[in-house]
Amino acid sequence: MGFPHKPHARETVVLSQHFGDPEARSYPGWVKRGGYQALRQALAMKPAEVIDVVKESGLRGRGGAGFPTGMKWSFMPKEKSKSHFLCCNADESEPGTFKDREIMRWTPHALIEGCAIAMHAIQAEVGYIYIRGEFTEPIRVMQAALEEAYKEGALGQNALGSGRRLDLWIHRGAGAYICGEETALMNSIEGKRGNPRIRPPFPAQMGVFGMPTTVNNVETITSVPHILNRGAEWYKGLSLSNPKSAGTKLFSICGHVARPGNYEVTVGFPLRELLYDLAGLRPGRTLKAVQPGGSSVPLITRAEAETCLLDYEGCVAAGTQLGSGGMIVYDDTADMVYQIMRLARFYAHESCAQCTQCREGTGWTVRILERILAGKGEMSDLDLLLDLGEQMTGKTICVLSDSCAAPVVSGIKKFRAEFEAYITGARKPALALA
Amino acid sequence: VTQTTAEYQPVFTDERRRRLDQILARYPAKRAALLPALWIVQEARGWIADEAMVEVAELLGLTAAYVKGVVTFYTMYHQHPVGRHFIQVCTTTPCNLCGAEGVVAALLQHTGCGELGATSPDGRFTVVEVECLGACGFATPMLIDDDFIEDVTPEKVAGLLQRYQ
Repeated sequence: MGFPHKPHARETVVLSQHFGDPEARSYPGWVKRGGYQALRQALAMKPAEVIDVVKESGLRGRGGAGFPTGMKWSFMPKEKSKSHFLCCNADESEPGTFKDREIMRWTPHALIEGCAIAMHAIQAEVGYIYIRGEFTEPIRVMQAALEEAYKEGALGQNALGSGRRLDLWIHRGAGAYICGEETALMNSIEGKRGNPRIRPPFPAQMGVFGMPTTVNNVETITSVPHILNRGAEWYKGLSLSNPKSAGTKLFSICGHVARPGNYEVTVGFPLRELLYDLAGLRPGRTLKAVQPGGSSVPLITRAEAETCLLDYEGCVAAGTQLGSGGMIVYDDTADMVYQIMRLARFYAHESCAQCTQCREGTGWTVRILERILAGKGEMSDLDLLLDLGEQMTGKTICVLSDSCAAPVVSGIKKFRAEFEAYITGARKPALALA
Repeated sequence: VTQTTAEYQPVFTDERRRRLDQILARYPAKRAALLPALWIVQEARGWIADEAMVEVAELLGLTAAYVKGVVTFYTMYHQHPVGRHFIQVCTTTPCNLCGAEGVVAALLQHTGCGELGATSPDGRFTVVEVECLGACGFATPMLIDDDFIEDVTPEKVAGLLQRYQ
């Protein structure tokens, strides 16, 4: 639902059904709402059967990459010769995104149940929920729910009497966006600096502690119990566009909107309706630009947004990506140059500094944008930024560098006149250089 | 990293030592308890001194230099003392669009910190700007110590600060 607003008739409320309902946070409250039935069902199935159901459902990773979840699980070794691990990625730090926060705050047992099912499917005894350090309330709620789940026997040496050991712990991050990258996340759990690792080897072969590991996002994992309860066919049928994208998706809508919040819609929903009818622009304002999938995806214009369908393929066709579903909205009052500089500062701050293209590229992107904003830019700076963007794309261990380049390059291409206005002096400087 | 001084009181005694032992049991490698151990130090002392890094290193079989490398990577670990109340305010793009910079200005004025990263003369507050707190629909969010506060506006700042003496 459009939490913190009332649900809208056009939403398909599955994951967000109990947002705002404090009773759903407790174990008995969750059981009363149908909780832990899916785990019971999963524990009675063979791991491979659970994976087949998830494969059949068409569920894809909701953290940003959209990789088919069942397929990811099937990469784990079938014959177990080492310990297997699950890492739940709750490091939600992508600017614009605040959906996993609400899932953990309101339905902690939904996430625990999903993790337990995933652990059974990939034959893991131990799982870690990696929660970003700033999420103090979600950490408290999840911690309390985990203690309850142990007390009620849903977790532990003999989960729900199945004979399966399922141990699940919270690992608290400490303020590094990059730890949401799956290999950096594993390093962070191991007590290392959060530097991404070169792949291969992939986590399913050599993950956390060198053991086969699956890393899944909170929203992805929370979708799994619903799929087991209601069937793969039901989930697959939830699509308004094309069969490659199915299910419901939470969109965190923020920036220049009248009713910011989390809206849950069937995949393939028109961006235009979600933005204009559900979240709504502020009175008297018109749309200038949107990033539908968080700060790392290319900016699209009003015209592109108005025809964009919100699924993995539809967003690519519109020149952007579905990403995490963190939708940043810019209306006609937004200073695109300033806001793009602010995004670049984010990436410069969060670069782990392993790769030259990223360490130097993000820093120089900020410095060039700052000089343009200070009225000291030159027309050649725009070509320099585009060239820099190209050197920062597809050349590094992880995609943080690409993520910085995406809004800068698309911003210059689509809103060039705003940059030029600062360079020619038609627009007064927005900041002074130190 | 300096060596342990005579006055240094260890963090991991009694209850905190027991907590660390429980945490160690969750991981197949000792080093994995590093981030949790550093959180315990910060909770107990308010920041992470070089001596504490030496203590943690000894407990986990690491070098003090390694521990310092990790402490300096993660922005939430304080490497020097901060005010009694530590304020983290988000100014990344979604919050920026909603007026976060006005919230920062109000915070600097009402806390008396004057500038970001500085501690107020009475030692009560330190204000820092942080990158995305993950609550963009509730702009502007801030953390005062462990309290996560949503929908902060410049007008609300003075009233909110009164709760933190």
